[in-house]
Amino acid sequence: MAAGFAVNNTPNGRHDFDIVEFLKQEQSKDLLRLTTAGSVDDGKSTLIGRMLHDARGAYEDQLKSARRGGEIDFSLLTDGLRAEREQGITIDVAYRYFATPKRKFILADTPGHEQYTRNMATGASTAELAIILCDASRGLTVQSRRHAYIAALLGIPHFVIAVNKMDLVGYNEDVFREIRAEFEPFLHNVGAKDPYFLPLSALKGDNVVDPSRNMPWFNGPSLLEHLESIETINRSIESPFRMAVQRVVQPNQDFRGYAGQIASGVIRPGDEVLALPSGRHTHVRRIVTLDGDLHAAHAPLSVTLTLEDEIDISRGDMIAGGSDPFSTRAFEATMVWFDARPLNPMHDYVVKHTSHIVPARVEEVKHRVNVNTLETGPASGLTMNEIGVVRIATARPLFFDRYSDNRATGSFVLIDRETNATAGAGMIISSVEDAAENPADRLARLVRGLVPADAKLNLPEGEAAALDELRARLQGLWR
Amino acid sequence: MVNSGMAWRISHLQALEAESIHIIREVAAEFQRPVMLYSIGKDSSVMVRLAQKAFYPAPIPFPLLHVDTTYKFKEMIQFRDSFAEELGVKLIVHSNNAALAAGANPFRLGTERCCGLLKTQSLLDALREGNFDAAFGGARRDEEKSRAKERIFSFRDRLGQWDPKNQRPELWNIFNGRVEPGESIRVFPLSNWTELDVWQYIHLENIPIVPLYFAKERKMLLRGNSLILPELDFVKPQPGDRFELVKCRMRSLGCSPCTGAIRSDADTLPKIIAELVEVRNSERENRVIDHDREGSMELKKREGYF
Repeated sequence: MAAGFAVNNTPNGRHDFDIVEFLKQEQSKDLLRLTTAGSVDDGKSTLIGRMLHDARGAYEDQLKSARRGGEIDFSLLTDGLRAEREQGITIDVAYRYFATPKRKFILADTPGHEQYTRNMATGASTAELAIILCDASRGLTVQSRRHAYIAALLGIPHFVIAVNKMDLVGYNEDVFREIRAEFEPFLHNVGAKDPYFLPLSALKGDNVVDPSRNMPWFNGPSLLEHLESIETINRSIESPFRMAVQRVVQPNQDFRGYAGQIASGVIRPGDEVLALPSGRHTHVRRIVTLDGDLHAAHAPLSVTLTLEDEIDISRGDMIAGGSDPFSTRAFEATMVWFDARPLNPMHDYVVKHTSHIVPARVEEVKHRVNVNTLETGPASGLTMNEIGVVRIATARPLFFDRYSDNRATGSFVLIDRETNATAGAGMIISSVEDAAENPADRLARLVRGLVPADAKLNLPEGEAAALDELRARLQGLWR
Repeated sequence: MVNSGMAWRISHLQALEAESIHIIREVAAEFQRPVMLYSIGKDSSVMVRLAQKAFYPAPIPFPLLHVDTTYKFKEMIQFRDSFAEELGVKLIVHSNNAALAAGANPFRLGTERCCGLLKTQSLLDALREGNFDAAFGGARRDEEKSRAKERIFSFRDRLGQWDPKNQRPELWNIFNGRVEPGESIRVFPLSNWTELDVWQYIHLENIPIVPLYFAKERKMLLRGNSLILPELDFVKPQPGDRFELVKCRMRSLGCSPCTGAIRSDADTLPKIIAELVEVRNSERENRVIDHDREGSMELKKREGYF
């Protein structure tokens, strides 16, 4: 059994629990965030209930209330809200927690039916692995395709295609192979890499925790074994250093630190960094935490940096290392629309990107994507649960990377200024040549461009200050 | 928490810590008047430690708020006062004095109405009086089924109410904290922590907690399967009740008449963690209030309960 803790049964029936060993084991566990998606009838709730039960993520009293006539109805373990119980469907993202000796899991359980596509995107946004459910007895559905597309769009690097209800098709290998053959090209097209196809029965427990005896033709690991063993490389660490400043920490005259969660990369005292929008280069002096200064820090840790030079940095600014991020007021992005009020190019929005909040407009809806066929078509707006590519212009420059390069600095939400609703979520495709760029920013960018990124200007103190003042004045003029 | 393992690989607790600090900083930066609800329990203790980490070396930039039903365990109140003093943080204590003067207690009103007046109403009053636009709570999603769907930033209308069908989508780590005057956000930085995570973090970080969490011989009132610590005058033995010296502890802390103890030998943190792993009962099972009615936690939340 893959699940369970460091508990050994002793001859007298008592659990002999080694707490020292247990704590050591716990300390070495990492965290895998995953998301599930499936149609109402794909048996998703049953699968999750089964995993929680078998990995001991469900509590006894919860099991008690999920018992129907002696048998556990696993789907009842995960249905939360009253409205759901009334309708018998899952209507919102629910987060589940379970662990095995090797790993902790956070599972975003997302509803399958059409009008709640936004929840699917929500669950996928933080996940590193997606479980896409198919019903073996019904074959591949539009919803399975749609979920795979959204999961891939949100940049999930790992896919499991769980072909469920194999018990209903007599555990027939051909059924499994047909679904795989049909789904593989689609997955390839949407950019879902190396999907793991897995035949299972959540209801009967085949290939969920333990390998199935009913499918000797399948030799791959069970779902839980796969989740436990999949290598999750922290890709964000290999990207250039990025940290959006959340808050300036200034307890007294002698200390000025910049607090943020490292979005990507690694940072050490002495490293050269670029502060945006000032465009000034400086070096990291200290990485400050309550537990003492660090000699290195990396994504996704939350830290406070102090810098060698006094630079005007405030919330929303970006501290970057390595290659420079884009810094423009216009970009193209894929948007998933959530709000009942359709996306309207005449409407006022604000973008929240990292810790940066900036007034914005959608200048153009380039096209809409039919999530069922992946065909693109013209559109003047986007309605709830639609996906499209848009061009957005912001009142001030954003400092970003492409979403495909950096999930943390390439993502944003669009907020309706009238209702404050989170109207849509965006993934940046590219920077757009910025015709209406702030002249001061353009000048700063041009000046920076004249100087190699790794060179130091070494301006005398007075001149550096004068340059800053000039910049401030130019910005003042433009406003 | 300092990385002790392989380079660039972080433990689940480090990941959770980093996420919580990020959330706490976002709130402090975006809201005019945030407040941190402080229940004196273990989760509150963890949340306060995370707040210290978020702003170090500056002090915590918002006050703590304790909604005191006045029926809390005495040890809790002692702990609260010394904890706040040591931390040097501002502590606001609020009680529903009108309801208390009218004699509100769980035996006269029943637990549902008593909680409604002394916790929910009192909390809403305190938030309104303080004009707080954001309130941190220590709730975790693994506690109870309806909490599994709570957002990290949970929007409340002018009446402090939660609409589970109209929650703001939350993607990546981007939180929408925009509210109109009178509206507010409840924030749950520990959303993704489990009970086991909380205990391990307390252990690793040496975070002080109320001694009631540790097993000790206590004179308890035995009523059915419940172990009650009789601290209040109106908690009187009923027919069938008896007193006994029991080695026991609290798994969660609330009001003394409504929070049962469990029999336990766990008098250290490792023993508590060991017990937790072995006892597969939901921690809220020993609280009377959640079982009032099917889905009762969700009802309370819709009305404004944390």
